[in-house]
Amino acid sequence: MAPAPELKAPKKGISHSTLGRTQRWSWIFQRVSGVALILLITIHLTVNLIMGDGINQIDFAFVAGKLANPFWQWFDFVMLVLAMVHGSNGMRMIIDDYARTKWMHATLQWALRIATVVIIVLGTLVLFTFDPCPAGADASLLPSFCEGI
Amino acid sequence: MTATAEKPAEVGAIPTMTVTLKIMRHDPDGLDGREPGTDYWEEFQVEAHATDRVLDALHKIKWEQDGTLAFRRSCAHGVCGSDAMRINARNRLACKTLLKDLNPAKPIQVEPIKGLPVEKDLIVDMEPFFASYREIMPFLMTSGPTPERERLQSPEDRQRFDDTTKCIMCAACTTSCPVFWTDGQYFGPQAIVGAHRFIFDSRDEGEWDRLEILNDKAGVWKCRTAFNCTEACPRGIEVTKAISEVKHALNTGEI
Repeated sequence: MAPAPELKAPKKGISHSTLGRTQRWSWIFQRVSGVALILLITIHLTVNLIMGDGINQIDFAFVAGKLANPFWQWFDFVMLVLAMVHGSNGMRMIIDDYARTKWMHATLQWALRIATVVIIVLGTLVLFTFDPCPAGADASLLPSFCEGI
Repeated sequence: MTATAEKPAEVGAIPTMTVTLKIMRHDPDGLDGREPGTDYWEEFQVEAHATDRVLDALHKIKWEQDGTLAFRRSCAHGVCGSDAMRINARNRLACKTLLKDLNPAKPIQVEPIKGLPVEKDLIVDMEPFFASYREIMPFLMTSGPTPERERLQSPEDRQRFDDTTKCIMCAACTTSCPVFWTDGQYFGPQAIVGAHRFIFDSRDEGEWDRLEILNDKAGVWKCRTAFNCTEACPRGIEVTKAISEVKHALNTGEI
């Protein structure tokens, strides 16, 4: 008979201060951002694809018109950041589960972090530096407010 | 007057049938010219009643056909939790699963529970599972002098953790958990059930020590609420609910 496994001495004196662990916050973020994303994406799809002329309205002028409006800039920015962080947080957990070797785990985690940051930065740049009225473009393709410029 | 003595049909006789069991075997020693550590399927045919359990069929195989078949069982009545196995791709207790509930027209697949190292045939090494259970300190923790009599508790306080006292540690839940299969670090549902039983016990004072452990990397936050554990539990414990109650206690700081 093998000897009975040794019991570790119970840890003592632990306070509620442990409530601030990252694992817990990542779990809460995932739930909160999930609900927010359902709302944001539903509005996004409704405005783009259902309201107005529906799917036929999407052209350069439509997109440029939206991105010239600070409300839609910030709406899209929130959606971009939440979707990217929510998605990469989920991917992080999948990598934790399935990447067995240390090397593979580190490589995939860093690839994921870099991809997330790059996409958020590029997306933000597009949202806030977008020129809805490029010079010398065919006026018929541009949003209506470009005529005055 | 001569009475013709005809053999009456037996009252309440249960018809027998032939069932095929397809068993996932693991041969650590390499007998009969096999490589040591070979995994292979083997089919057995047994005569059985519809009301027989899978365990009865396994017994028939072991006693009458192939004595090398290895599986665990102790009480054989769903109390000890020794004979959890993967039957037709679901974790169940062989002693609580009736053949008639499994469509005996087709071969019944019996495999060892997943995620723990197989030792022989249907026997797995339960040590990682028990180690997780020990981690959460499954014993009463109190302060102050020991009372001379029982530690009394109101029926309402007892009801709070009644569900998780039913656990028989068969490992059906833990080895049905997809996170446990892949991860190898996750405590698994059973350890959280075991912790829940003490965390929500009004007589126990170690709840924050246990919650601290479950707040860890391998703790409750690994749970993806797949509900496999609740579905697998042969005792009908609402395992996922218990895990969520632990998460809730960690999020609100209230027990």
